Amino acid sequence: MAELAAAAPRSLLGLTYRRFRRHRLAVASALLLLVLALAAIAAPLVAAALGVDAETVNLLGRFQAPSLAHPLGTDELGRDVLVRLLYGGRVSLIVGVAAALASAVIGTAVGLVAGYYGGRLDAILMRVTDSVITLPVLPLLIVLAALDLGKLGLPEALTQSQQISLYRIVAIIALVGWTRVARLVRGATLSMREREFVLAAQAQGASALRIMGVHILPNVVSPIIVSTTLSVGGIILFESILSFLGLGIQPPLPSWGNMLTGAQELIWDAPQLVVYPGLLIFATVIAFNFLGDGLQDALDPRAAR
Amino acid sequence: MTRYVAQRSIESLIVLAVMSVVVYGLIGLMPGDPIDLMINANPNLTPADAARLKALYGLDLPLYERYWNWLTAALGGDFGYSRLFSRPVLEVLPAYLGRTAILMGASFVLSVAIAIPTGIWAATRPYSRADYVINLLSFAGISVAPFWLALLLIMLFAVGLGWLPAGGMQTVGLDSLADKAAHLVLPVLALTLLSVAGVTRYVRAEMIGVLRQDYVRTARAKGVPERQVVWRHGLRNALIPVVTVLALDFGALFSGALITETVFAYPGMGKLIYDAILGNDFNMALIGLLFATLLTLVGNLLADLAYAKLDPRISYG
Repeated sequence: MAELAAAAPRSLLGLTYRRFRRHRLAVASALLLLVLALAAIAAPLVAAALGVDAETVNLLGRFQAPSLAHPLGTDELGRDVLVRLLYGGRVSLIVGVAAALASAVIGTAVGLVAGYYGGRLDAILMRVTDSVITLPVLPLLIVLAALDLGKLGLPEALTQSQQISLYRIVAIIALVGWTRVARLVRGATLSMREREFVLAAQAQGASALRIMGVHILPNVVSPIIVSTTLSVGGIILFESILSFLGLGIQPPLPSWGNMLTGAQELIWDAPQLVVYPGLLIFATVIAFNFLGDGLQDALDPRAAR
Repeated sequence: MTRYVAQRSIESLIVLAVMSVVVYGLIGLMPGDPIDLMINANPNLTPADAARLKALYGLDLPLYERYWNWLTAALGGDFGYSRLFSRPVLEVLPAYLGRTAILMGASFVLSVAIAIPTGIWAATRPYSRADYVINLLSFAGISVAPFWLALLLIMLFAVGLGWLPAGGMQTVGLDSLADKAAHLVLPVLALTLLSVAGVTRYVRAEMIGVLRQDYVRTARAKGVPERQVVWRHGLRNALIPVVTVLALDFGALFSGALITETVFAYPGMGKLIYDAILGNDFNMALIGLLFATLLTLVGNLLADLAYAKLDPRISYG
């Protein structure tokens, strides 16, 4: 009897958490990401404590060695490296998470509609999805990043704002990033559509929107979470690449990618300036990849490992 | 089979045609047009001259008419002049294409040659220490920023050790094969390191799945030597999905080549597209992008055909 009590029903969440905890790298990654996020949030506090900001240029104080005033020294324009790294972290994390969520929303909508309605609509949507998957993503992103937003008819107040490069990069990454979730959700929806509870809802006259949103979506949420987490790392890489190429986040707003623009020259003068941003990108991306891996194990224990 | 190839080719052409419309439209939305750039370069140009030039080049027409003019010319083999090179784009393209083919080809062969044995090594010892290390390294490989890896290689081999040149295609004034090869080492190494991780992960995952199959157990029970079980029964079946992934990753390899070429100042297709977009060389950018798309589509088609070749169970009616 005591054994039976010990095997008392656990909540689904509790079981998932227990499985997740077994993936030690994923747990460590979650902690690392928490620390990085807190550090990024604390960026203004650090800047205030040091009495510096991320954008003020000081040409007399270039390439300073680490000191109390500048714990990681200064860059080629005499700006504090630590504070810039922290603000850059904000950009990377915001872009990564926001673009991943936006991709997930688009992909889920496309996948639900294609899977639920089937037929010709499904064929068209999946053909579009396959086509987008085959496109050479980076050249396309470069074109999208080089567009003149004024010609698109967007209000000037928006196109001239400092944050525009941030919004733009989230939008263009979501525009090409939704395909994986769309395919996953479509596949899951196809099998859900034939289940009894969906038939029951249909028999009761529930609308298609309600069936998709209330009956099918909650049942396909696990693969969406896993795929979205796994995509954050790739998105952060794309952001850093575009910013490195001078097409992503525009200075003076710092990002880990644009801190490395022109790094070919820095290699000779100040190699540490090349190392820090790349190392942070690496740590963040690998942490998201391990986290996604751990979530996959936890949420989908049947998947072949 | 012929019917299948024909059908897929037509589909690919449709994607390419849609892409050409989309890219043409997008390029029209980029800042400045060729005449505006001329005006900036030459202050003596009056607005009347500019209007006349725009009319001459058809730039005052609505977008769809301009696209139609471009398309009819392109189908006749005229892809226009490159602004940056002052030559027809089709004259510029082949040399760049060839250099990218060398870079991508060498990296592709190297990464497959490394990834298949490594993936099999890991798959035949799942959850061992060796597998764990390979797994960690693969995760690292897919998590590193490509341009940063290239920068680190330059720091180590060009700046630190001084063994290899930091960029470019050849030493100015020197025209030797050894010199060109030395300039290729770091770009190829960078691109290989980037792609080998992903391929290794696929090979390992597929191989583990295949080695669990009944026919593998049967082969072992019959007393087939382990080496033959792994390489003949295992690898042949695991390769099928791996080939598909390799072909689908062609676009990713091209993206990697673009970054590698930019960091190492290696004059290939990727750098050409990047320079063309930044330099408002619309004709060049357009043809470069369409060519990259075409190559990716051809890669996908070849993957499907290889699929049928490798797996006799699949036939395309």
